[in-house]
Amino acid sequence: MSQRKAHIVGVGETPYARWGKIGDVTEHALACQAILRAVEDAGLDMDDVDGLASFAEDRNEATFLAAELGLPALRFANMVWLPGGGGGCAAVGNAAMAVETGQAEVVVVYRSLCQGQFFRFGSGGVDASAAPDPAPPTVQAANSLMLASVGFVMPYGLLMAAAAYALPTRRHMHLYGTTSEQLGMLAVTFREHASRNPRAVMGGRPLTLADHQASPMIADPHRLFDCCLESDGACAVVVTTEERARDLAKRPVEILASEQGAPQGYGFGPFSNANVADEIYATGGTEELANRLWGKAGVGPSDMDVAQIYDHFTGCVLMQLEDYGFCKRGEGGPFIESGALSWHGGSLPTNTHGGSLSEAYIHGLNHVVEGVRALRGESTSPVEGAETCLVTSGACVPSSAIVLGRR
Amino acid sequence: MSERFFPDGMPQPLADSTTLPFWEAAAEHRLVVQRCTPCGHTRLPPAPVCPACRSTESDWQEVPGRGEVYTYTAVHRPMAAGQDLPFLIAVIALEDAGGVRIISNLVDVDPDAVEIGMPVELAWEDMSPDLAVPRFRPCAGT
Ligand SMILES: [Zn+2]
Repeated sequence: MSQRKAHIVGVGETPYARWGKIGDVTEHALACQAILRAVEDAGLDMDDVDGLASFAEDRNEATFLAAELGLPALRFANMVWLPGGGGGCAAVGNAAMAVETGQAEVVVVYRSLCQGQFFRFGSGGVDASAAPDPAPPTVQAANSLMLASVGFVMPYGLLMAAAAYALPTRRHMHLYGTTSEQLGMLAVTFREHASRNPRAVMGGRPLTLADHQASPMIADPHRLFDCCLESDGACAVVVTTEERARDLAKRPVEILASEQGAPQGYGFGPFSNANVADEIYATGGTEELANRLWGKAGVGPSDMDVAQIYDHFTGCVLMQLEDYGFCKRGEGGPFIESGALSWHGGSLPTNTHGGSLSEAYIHGLNHVVEGVRALRGESTSPVEGAETCLVTSGACVPSSAIVLGRR
Repeated sequence: MSERFFPDGMPQPLADSTTLPFWEAAAEHRLVVQRCTPCGHTRLPPAPVCPACRSTESDWQEVPGRGEVYTYTAVHRPMAAGQDLPFLIAVIALEDAGGVRIISNLVDVDPDAVEIGMPVELAWEDMSPDLAVPRFRPCAGT
């Protein structure tokens, strides 16, 4: 088995751009580019690839990509069900399971988003500028589980992710005294990390806490700079066995452990989870997952040299820091205020690429890419001698995470 | 017709056979939660199976429509043309409903005056003869 232990051996991405800026290349063509670059980075040939894995709501089906990329054989085609970006690390974990069990030898995990070519995420397809429908509202048929879940809260205008995730964050502020300034410090820290990253969409746009506090309110407590970017672009990572990894181009990064899942009743997160247990409502919903992850990895939060934490919204990062045990429940705000997440001497440099708040929103697979770069010494905000990295995907929705390590 | 708080163009509920009875009751200004027939566990949103005992048998319990704000957000982006901003989305912990919380809106309240724990009561809004939406306002006298 040890010969087959899963490692990440290649990473790649297309240029990242603001929402709607990539209109002349299709989303699946971008996926192909990212996959080709990741395989090249690994020093592998496309003929070596026999598996493709992605996660929820992917429009770019593995079977079609396999044909376009000329794979000799597709032995593993996998998609995780966790919603939105929640399944990014789970897709890596599934790829790891595939290579460790011998289902496949080389699996590429990919994500491509060209949201400008589709309806705007968070609008629910609703164009608020349009004249109201002259027909009187009626109850309409929901023809999918997703529509049944979101459709139940649509008449309340709960369509925007920024509003949904504001709900647990607001309660966290009520329970523990968490402040908007503490959330703002997260955004400022990640923007500072992005300033050294030429791939970062917001790399050239410095952000101060005053800028954050002056930014327009979107859904209280989320100001504009509490919300992740909306981006166009694609990235990919290559997973193979330890045996294959030894002879390849770059220093392999071991997947020490992966976990995925959700607490009881979590459904589609804050769009539908108003009735989860009180003790997990104002959390990232990932504490139990985190405990399983640390147990499996044989390391704990104090062993992490760096972290890439899914940052769709600042409050969700704060609650994950508590879930994963970097600080106690309710102490995420002071932990952030202490400067812990900063590359400049922080105890846990986090989102060294700038995250979804400042690099790009590729549903968090770019956090896996950065985790690998951090352990190869290739990050633009390098943490010297880093040997361990936590990467998380999603939070406040069904979620997943991996622990990466190098020997 | 009731008072109006939101414009006609607000997104409409999308129902299936599991959730439709909630909206049918709402059209009659009855707020209901789903109740497991064998074990009495109450649930929202409606779902085909009781998460407590896994029974598929359920009925509908009308609840008084009072509760308190569990959490909330003031949304500054419109979901329909002509909508007053910000508008308030809240989770309400319902009284006498088996501990069920409901996602809804707060109306008739200054967004800056909203607090977690604030007592609220039903404010029905008839969007059309076919659709009434349960919203909540601060309890009279508080
Ligand atoms: Zn039951």
